[in-house]
Amino acid sequence: MYRKKGVFTGEGVIPYAGEGSTVTVEGAVCTQVGCAYTGDEAVAYAAKQCDVDVVAAYPITPQTIIVERFSDYVANGEVDTKFMHVESEHSAMSACVGASLAGARVFTSTASQGLALMHEVMYLASGLRTPIVMGVVNRALSAPINIHGDHSDMMGSRDCGWIQLFAENAQEAYDLTIQAFKIAEDQTVQLPVTVNLDGFTVSHATESMKSLADEDVVRFLPPRKPVFKVDPSTPMSVGGMALPEYYYEVKRQQEEALRLSKPVVKRVSKEYGDLTGRRYGFMETYGLEDAQAAIISLGSTCGTVRSVAKRLRAKGKKVGAIKLWMYRPFPTEELVSAIKGLKALAVMDKAISFGAPYGALCSDISASLQNTGIKVKILNMIYGLGGRDIPPSTIERAYKDVLQTAKTGKVKERVKFLDVRE
Amino acid sequence: MVAPKDLPKEELYAPGHRLCAGCGPSISVRLALKAARGPTAVVNSTGCVEVSTTIFPYTAWRIPWVHTLFENTPAVASGLEYAYEALEKRGQRKGKVDIIALGGDGGTFDIGIQALSGMLERGHDIVYICYDNEAYMNTGIQRSGATPRGAATTTSPAGKVIPGKRGNKKDLAAICAGHGIKYTATASIGFFIDYIDKVKKAIEIDGPAVVHVLAPCPLGWRSNPADTIKLAKMAVQTGIFPIYEIVDGKYKMSLKPGTLLPVEEYFKLQGRFSHILKPEFKDELEAIKREIAENYKRILRLAGEQVA
Repeated sequence: MYRKKGVFTGEGVIPYAGEGSTVTVEGAVCTQVGCAYTGDEAVAYAAKQCDVDVVAAYPITPQTIIVERFSDYVANGEVDTKFMHVESEHSAMSACVGASLAGARVFTSTASQGLALMHEVMYLASGLRTPIVMGVVNRALSAPINIHGDHSDMMGSRDCGWIQLFAENAQEAYDLTIQAFKIAEDQTVQLPVTVNLDGFTVSHATESMKSLADEDVVRFLPPRKPVFKVDPSTPMSVGGMALPEYYYEVKRQQEEALRLSKPVVKRVSKEYGDLTGRRYGFMETYGLEDAQAAIISLGSTCGTVRSVAKRLRAKGKKVGAIKLWMYRPFPTEELVSAIKGLKALAVMDKAISFGAPYGALCSDISASLQNTGIKVKILNMIYGLGGRDIPPSTIERAYKDVLQTAKTGKVKERVKFLDVRE
Repeated sequence: MVAPKDLPKEELYAPGHRLCAGCGPSISVRLALKAARGPTAVVNSTGCVEVSTTIFPYTAWRIPWVHTLFENTPAVASGLEYAYEALEKRGQRKGKVDIIALGGDGGTFDIGIQALSGMLERGHDIVYICYDNEAYMNTGIQRSGATPRGAATTTSPAGKVIPGKRGNKKDLAAICAGHGIKYTATASIGFFIDYIDKVKKAIEIDGPAVVHVLAPCPLGWRSNPADTIKLAKMAVQTGIFPIYEIVDGKYKMSLKPGTLLPVEEYFKLQGRFSHILKPEFKDELEAIKREIAENYKRILRLAGEQVA
């Protein structure tokens, strides 16, 4: 889908990104532009405004719009970026590692099988401390082949040492991409970041959103200052062999760097919030001050969960909702503190961890509660695989279950597969 | 052609690394860097050279050197090239960096051929050097797509019924030249001035260039370490590994041996071919010799030379 200018919404034409009318946002110190974007377009536009030096990417549904739109920017001379049209995702990530080591600001994007093909190289990106930013348009993994959204791809690579952020909608995908560069390139972090957005639900849905002016992005995100670089002016060997007497320490330091990225994420979110009026962090909570039962989820589902929670609360039900923006590093302490007052929590996993006790998110939450003495009953719900629709009625049933558990203290089904034909 | 006395004394590849005595690939790296004309960076595939030259906290490299994986070196090198270009355009760095991507035959002929193809097709200004010791030596001598017919390796052993590697060695130079690149060459560390000259030309050419250099491995070939250079010469003199250039698609022989040495003389010095010389594999030896002669004639014809 290629759109030159404007999109018809039924109520009028919403301007194409960057060409809309200026709007004032409450709490923001900069003026912003009201525009309409799909999630993919929003990510491409953010990468453009972040003035990346090198993009190396390979097309895959539903990420294609990102590389197409960025190709437009290159073809029209709107960016100075060198765009490398590689022959596979494996080479895409490899080229990104090379470019990032040379000191460049680097962006790429993929989905599904493409992320799986990158898997091997993702460990190099984090192990060699290259602050690459990657848009991951979450999609199911084969077999059977399926092009629609779920989190199987990212969950399969969750332990690659990357910082992992999840966006609920196009606005968040845009905002998180800009913040991702600042987090990744921070002198103390130097780690790659993924910005996850749900395939089709977010990637292809046009939403009204607000974008920043180029100069505000540049002010927020000055050019990258590499801590080290592969350059003849400073000859060094990168990626050599570390035998048992050194390897362990390198990995330990990498884990420490990921852990220490948390305060940086906090600081960057605050700075971004002060600038734009849109505040991020590790998570967003709703209704937790008095909730007895809550649902936690990632990505686009969070919107449905919140709207159902609102309706239930209006009826007097003590329910809450949690949206995780940051999945890695896992905000263990912050999450435990957020859910400690609950009686029951339903954890929504949009991927199966085959053979594991729970889905990945639920495993992380259960492990976080270990030894805390906090007795929140945990229900794990697997849902939405391969793009199976998540109507509000499904979420309502999930709330019914979790409220029941909050009331009785009993968990009927440890892992429930929602909306599946058994 | 550069005279040996005019070669730079400076060693960009330092001694003290942990490669074997008589290691052909190590010699190929040292020689290649004699061709460096200015700021140079090396991207190295996983393999003997990589694991033995950079055991932390030591390194044998006096120039920027990067290793990531086995099969992606051309892609990593492409990334470096684009980054230098982008940063230069923005005024954040200055000056051309010559990039050499370096891989063994496993990393080039087999697992890395897709990434190499991509790099050649995109037209990056990178020199790719394949040091070919004709098997996966780093993992303990397993057959590769570059192992010649009949050679015994740990995965193509000289058995009672199967006498070593089956199938031919891939024609890497033709595969690379088939991408329409300006310069491809085969070389041997036995003819080292010719080899250095070829690396020099490859560096000077704007765009991708490939040098495929034969580099014997005493361990895998089961040969005397003192014979490495001798074997590298004999491979050319027997017609087994002809050395030539393909410039803009045109083949040109680098050396025209008057009479070819007998293949058996070359085989005799290597344990990997010892079984082939036994009477029971006489037919196999004859078949191998026929193939070698035919391939040599094929190259001569491509180069427009007289074929006897």
